[in-house]
Amino acid sequence: MMLARLGPPATVLLLAGPIAFGLAGTLLLAFGYLPALGGSEPTLAHFGALLARPALAHSALLSLAAGLVSALVSLAIVMAFVAAWAGTRAFARVQHLVSPLLAVPHAAAAFGLAFLIAPSGMLARLASPALTGWERPPDLLIVHDPLGLTMTAGLIAKEIPFLLLVTLAALPQVRLAETRALAASLGYGRVAGFVYGVWPQLYRQIRLAVFAVIAFASSVVDVAAILGPTTPAPLAVRLVSWMNDPDLSMRYLASAGALLQLAVTAAALGLWLGIERLAAALRDAAAAAGLRLRRDAALRGAALGTMLLAAAVVAAGLATLALWSVAGLWLFPDALPQRFTLASWTASAPHIARPLWVTLAVAATATALAVVLAVLCLRREDETGRRAGRLALVLIYLPLIVPQVAFLFGLQLFFVATGTDAGFGALVLAHLVFVMPYVFLSLSDPWRAFDRRYEAVAAGLGKPRLTSLLAVRLPMLARAVLTAAAVGFAVSVGQYLPTLLIGAGRLTTVTTEAVALAAGGNRRVIGVYAFLQMLLPAAGFLVATLVPALLFRHRRAMRV
Amino acid sequence: MDDKGLRLEGVSIALDGRTLLALDATVAPGAVLTVMGPSGSGKSTLLAYIGGFLEPAFSARGRVVVGGCEITRLPAEDRHAGILFQDPLLFPHMSVGGNLAFAVPASVRGRAARRARAEEALAGVGMAGMAGRDPATLSGGQKARVALARVLLAAPRMLLLDEPFSKLDAALRAQMRELVFVKARESGLPVLLVTHDAADAQAAGGRVVTIG
Repeated sequence: MMLARLGPPATVLLLAGPIAFGLAGTLLLAFGYLPALGGSEPTLAHFGALLARPALAHSALLSLAAGLVSALVSLAIVMAFVAAWAGTRAFARVQHLVSPLLAVPHAAAAFGLAFLIAPSGMLARLASPALTGWERPPDLLIVHDPLGLTMTAGLIAKEIPFLLLVTLAALPQVRLAETRALAASLGYGRVAGFVYGVWPQLYRQIRLAVFAVIAFASSVVDVAAILGPTTPAPLAVRLVSWMNDPDLSMRYLASAGALLQLAVTAAALGLWLGIERLAAALRDAAAAAGLRLRRDAALRGAALGTMLLAAAVVAAGLATLALWSVAGLWLFPDALPQRFTLASWTASAPHIARPLWVTLAVAATATALAVVLAVLCLRREDETGRRAGRLALVLIYLPLIVPQVAFLFGLQLFFVATGTDAGFGALVLAHLVFVMPYVFLSLSDPWRAFDRRYEAVAAGLGKPRLTSLLAVRLPMLARAVLTAAAVGFAVSVGQYLPTLLIGAGRLTTVTTEAVALAAGGNRRVIGVYAFLQMLLPAAGFLVATLVPALLFRHRRAMRV
Repeated sequence: MDDKGLRLEGVSIALDGRTLLALDATVAPGAVLTVMGPSGSGKSTLLAYIGGFLEPAFSARGRVVVGGCEITRLPAEDRHAGILFQDPLLFPHMSVGGNLAFAVPASVRGRAARRARAEEALAGVGMAGMAGRDPATLSGGQKARVALARVLLAAPRMLLLDEPFSKLDAALRAQMRELVFVKARESGLPVLLVTHDAADAQAAGGRVVTIG
């Protein structure tokens, strides 16, 4: 398999290349170098203009706080839940409830939350007028609140499933049952024993994922545009509006701002390192003091409750979206529309067709490429006997840790300069950067767990390695490969900023269209787009489940 | 020296500079060489080296010659070293017949001809008519027999046995030993057996080398 040799370098090139080129481009723009716009002398003027923008520090602080608070809260919920429930039957059930939420695009989840908790939202309707006495939606600023609490809540609800799944993947590598028995024999409660004995090793495994969460939340655009404050908006939202300004010279300002965003995200990560130390010191002090938390039933109940609440909020939000998409006349405070109609769907259909087609084509192509690259890399790992090291893992996480605006602005410049902007290939490449990490991370564990004696048997039967790969290993791993593909597909469908910037308005997807509708506030149309946005990943996972089940329906050992 | 046998010339395998085993041996067609040693002694790595799937972490040298030609530098698929592990390792996504058809050499052309060979091989281990079955529905002894039929069907030049009887219960174990050694003798294959069970060595009846 000569091709496998090419896997790792190709992947490095496709992941690190766009990031490096993009960062360089952003840097050039920020220092005013763009000959096409007459900028050929490096200047600091754009940083001056940036700092002169009103409430810039406020925007930066909002981003910083959203990153740290959402990561801290979601991690605490996941830790408490795993500590209290891992290994129980309830745990397995909740895991199955929460896992599918990972596939819900951020924008769809954010719209769902907005439709749920807005003053005229589902919760207000359910409680009105009986409990609240409201006959009209109250004048409250819940969505777009100035502190960004709703935005942070939306981020937390989406980060919980991500962190939970990453933690679950690392869980088999720690000795959970033994440590628990040991801690219990020393008189420690379930949660305390877990936090002292298991969590430190577990956290080391998921640390990069936590960094990714912080970086994402501190630089998110779509969720912030849908739920976040507006006066001022979080930093990344303002940067994107400058970038899309018809006045092209605003791009200098946006790029200078992108470097500030890089600094804000770096600061958030730096502060997080401090929080890590503080938390470790507190844990050590508590352990040294022998704090046993023997009666932790309340804590365990709270952990389960919060977890279920987060899942319920997302699910209820999605249901509300679906309801709005088929709603006819729906007066406040009625809990249900007076009648149901497909009018919103039929009216939107002509406008949806092309974005839908672009969404599917880009997602399918980027996912297929990512799966092939991941298989080649893992195959190479088998051949050399060396597992991807720490450095490779950092590289895989790089696109998830560098703020998107910081390199997408410059990458867009690069595509414009080479005349490939708004092209299908450019868009696929931009998506691949974000799809590849998820595909690799979700495929690598099942791939490495494969019993390689099957390949030895095939070789002994005289089968070349390619035959063995295609006829034995891939079919046996069909479920894992298709699941990884479904994850990649969902990631691609959910991409907002890469599509907005690299598609440059000419290639739009269901996600960019949905977010663009946010300002308009037509709930029925938003319902249609957001529901569709959620439907596509769900369809991907359905295929990933059904195809192996059908193919291998007569093979008992191939069932999960 | 019979050219058809298996010859190991100065084979030694090391891990991190520590030599696990060193061996010079000849196995005539139809004969069995038993390599005994405790677990962790590296006896399975010997089979991996001969079969061509040694983990890159190990370093090995020495020549492996079978039927008069050296195979040490050939890729695993060109060595035709049939191997049986502790577990039958039937491909779970194929039917019993599919597992066997997969093993039929490429030189046998045509669907019907390949299927006939598979059926014949099944009958040879007393499993006639079971081609349509899902491997997961077979008993332990049946799986072991299908695995044996599969490895023989590929027309190997030698048979490598990695404790293939250790997971069978006592009654079955005796039966399978008998079946495997009879089949190997019929096919005139040199057999290399690694085991830590003295009864295996005894049943094999050939030379015994102890390592580790």
